[in-house]
Amino acid sequence: MVRTNYDRQMAEMNRLLLTMGAAVENAIEMAVQALADQDRQLAEKTIISDDEIDSLEKEIEQICLNLILRQQPVAGDLRRVSTVLKMITDLERIGDHAEDISEITLLLTGSTYAHHPSHIFTMAEITKKMVTDSLNAFVRDDRGLARAVIGSDDQVDQLFCMVKSDLIALVHEDIAEGEKAMDWLMVAKYLERVGDHAVNIAEWVIFSITGQHKNSRIL
Amino acid sequence: METETCVQTSALNLYYSDFQALRSVSLAIPRKHITALIGPSGCGKSSFLKVLNRMTDLIDHCRVEGQVLLADEDIYAAAVDPIMLRKRVGMVFQKPNPFPMSIYDNIAYGPRLHGQKGKHQLDEIVEKSLAAAALWEETKDRLKKSALSLSGGQQQRLSIARALAVEPELLLMDEPTSALDPISTGKIEELVFELKRSYTIIIVTHNMQQAVRISDMTGFFLLGELVEFANTNNMFTAPQDKRTEDYITGRFG
Repeated sequence: MVRTNYDRQMAEMNRLLLTMGAAVENAIEMAVQALADQDRQLAEKTIISDDEIDSLEKEIEQICLNLILRQQPVAGDLRRVSTVLKMITDLERIGDHAEDISEITLLLTGSTYAHHPSHIFTMAEITKKMVTDSLNAFVRDDRGLARAVIGSDDQVDQLFCMVKSDLIALVHEDIAEGEKAMDWLMVAKYLERVGDHAVNIAEWVIFSITGQHKNSRIL
Repeated sequence: METETCVQTSALNLYYSDFQALRSVSLAIPRKHITALIGPSGCGKSSFLKVLNRMTDLIDHCRVEGQVLLADEDIYAAAVDPIMLRKRVGMVFQKPNPFPMSIYDNIAYGPRLHGQKGKHQLDEIVEKSLAAAALWEETKDRLKKSALSLSGGQQQRLSIARALAVEPELLLMDEPTSALDPISTGKIEELVFELKRSYTIIIVTHNMQQAVRISDMTGFFLLGELVEFANTNNMFTAPQDKRTEDYITGRFG
C-alpha cells in the first residue's frame, strides 16, 4: 500500500498519454484521407479535433508537473515523467501539422489534381507508422522499435526530395500549376516535420528505457 | 465548490510567561483537507497545535489571547469542557505512545472514558478504528497482546487508531513520522491521505517533501508569525513571500 496515490497518478499519466497518442494518430489519418479524397468535411473535422489534442497536452503537463513537485520521482519514474513531458510537446506539434495539412486540403479541394503526387501519400504512410511505432515503443519499453523509428527518417527525407523534384518538373511543364505545386510542397514539408517529431519521441523513449539521450548521459 | 472551515483562529497570541510564541495568527483550516504546517524549530507551529485542543491549559504561565472557533464554537469559552474538546480534536505525537496495555484496550480506552461500555459496540469500534488506521489485518489475531510488542511504525498507526476511536472532527499530528523509517513513513503518509475523506487533518512536519506530498494547504510559520498560508501547489511553485521562498528552497532555517 506504500505510495498507491503516486502509482495512481503515474498510471493516469500513461493512460492520458495513450489517449493523446491515439488522437494524434487519428488526426494524421483523417488529414491524409481528406487530402486524398478531397473531403472538405473530413478536413474540417480534423481541424476541430486539434482542440482535443491541445487540451490533453495541458492535462498531461499538469499531471507531470504535479508528480515532479509532489512525488519527487527518481530513477525509472523520473525518466518516464520527463520523457512524457517532452513527448507531449512533439505530439502536440504533430497534431498542429495534421491541422495545417487539412487547411491546405480546403484550398486544394474543387481543383483537379493534374499530377497526383503519389510520393506524398507514401510519406504519409511512413510518418504515420513512425508516430504509432514511437508510442508503441514507449508502451512496451521497446528500444529496438524506437531505433527503427529513428532509422525510418532517412526514407522520409528522400521522399521529400522526390516530391520536391516532381513538383519542380510540374511547374516547368505548366506554370499555371505553380500555386498548387506550392501547396503540395507545404503538405510534404509538414509530413517531413511529422517524421522529425516522431524521431524526437523515439529518442526520448530510448532515454526513458536506458537513461541515455542520443547516446549520451544527460544527468 | 466553497470549502467549509473546520477550525478558525483570529488574532491568536500565545505567551509562555513573557515569551510570545504566536503573533496574531489568523488562519482558517478547511474541513476534510490536509493542512501542513512548516517552519524552522521554535517558529510556533507545534504551539499552534497545542492551542487547538487546549493542551496549553496544562502548561504553567501559558496565556492565550484571541479567538479559536471549532465549527463556529469558541473553544476557550467558559462553558467548554477541555476533556470533551479533546474528544473532538485528537492528537498524534512525534513518538508513538501506546499505553502499556493490550492493543484492544489501547483503542477502547477513549470510548470507555467517554462512557461506552457495551462489549459488542467496543469490538466494533476497535475493528473500525484499526481498519481505518490500516492496522486491522496485522493485529486482528493478536488484539489481546501488549501494544508494546508492535513495531515503531505499527505503534504509530495504533496511536492514530486510538485517536480515531473517539471520532474526532479534527486530527492534529505533530511530526508523526519523524521517528519512523522510510517504509513506515510511506505507510503513514498513505494513511493520512486516505483519512482526509472523513477527517480534517493538521500535520506539523519538518520534512518539506512530506508537506508537498500529502497536503492540500500549507502554512509557513516564522518567529511565531504565520508568514504565508496557501494552496500547497501554489506555495511550492510560486510563494508570495520572499521568506517562504528562502525557507522552502533551503536557503535558511
